[in-house]
Amino acid sequence: MKYGILVNEGPYQHQASDTAYQFAQALLDKGHELFRVFFYHDGVNNGTRFAVPPQDDRNITARWSEMAEKHGVDLVICIAAAQRRGLLDEGEAKRQGKDGNNIAPGFRISGLGQLIEAGIQSDRLVVFGD
Amino acid sequence: MTMLHTVNKSPFERNTLASCLGHAKSGSAILLIEDGVFAAVKGTAHEDTVRGAVADHKVFVLGPDLLARGMRPEQVIEGISVVDYGGFVDLTEQHDKVQAWV
Repeated sequence: MKYGILVNEGPYQHQASDTAYQFAQALLDKGHELFRVFFYHDGVNNGTRFAVPPQDDRNITARWSEMAEKHGVDLVICIAAAQRRGLLDEGEAKRQGKDGNNIAPGFRISGLGQLIEAGIQSDRLVVFGD
Repeated sequence: MTMLHTVNKSPFERNTLASCLGHAKSGSAILLIEDGVFAAVKGTAHEDTVRGAVADHKVFVLGPDLLARGMRPEQVIEGISVVDYGGFVDLTEQHDKVQAWV
């Protein structure tokens, strides 16, 4: 079965980022396909590579990046939500005249159309949020 | 069409469980996750409400979230099934739609 996941909450806030990750891992373990994870609202903060959590704590961003690399999962960050919160990729940094970018490996910035497409293409869209 | 509802907040914090129960069709499935698991244990002020829900719906609770909060499966109200993340995936597969009450 083909799945889409929507994450609406930031990492280390409540539990949505963790639940979404555990759910994603469980569905991949069962042999399902994960079409896309879309990060919206504070969820975009899952995608900053500048986060440095304590070494004995889970690294939520690195965990997503590893999943993207291992399973080819498409991790998409909402552009409007990202711009408000200071999350930029190389192209956006250049376009906005900023001196750096902070997007983590495996993530890409795009628009809400990607969420709509995930809803259409996936058999199930599962929402994790605040 | 069958629907799976997820509730992720404690009934002592938000009224999402009440909203969910007010909208869920009879026979649909409700999965309590994250702080939502507090609704699943016996002896709380919400026990009667949840027992009513169990009579009308299939109610599940996410085991790892229960354990993370220091509660055991034996403390769960009769009729509620404890599932792991794999069971969560199975529930989404068995139902046509998933509605998150956040």
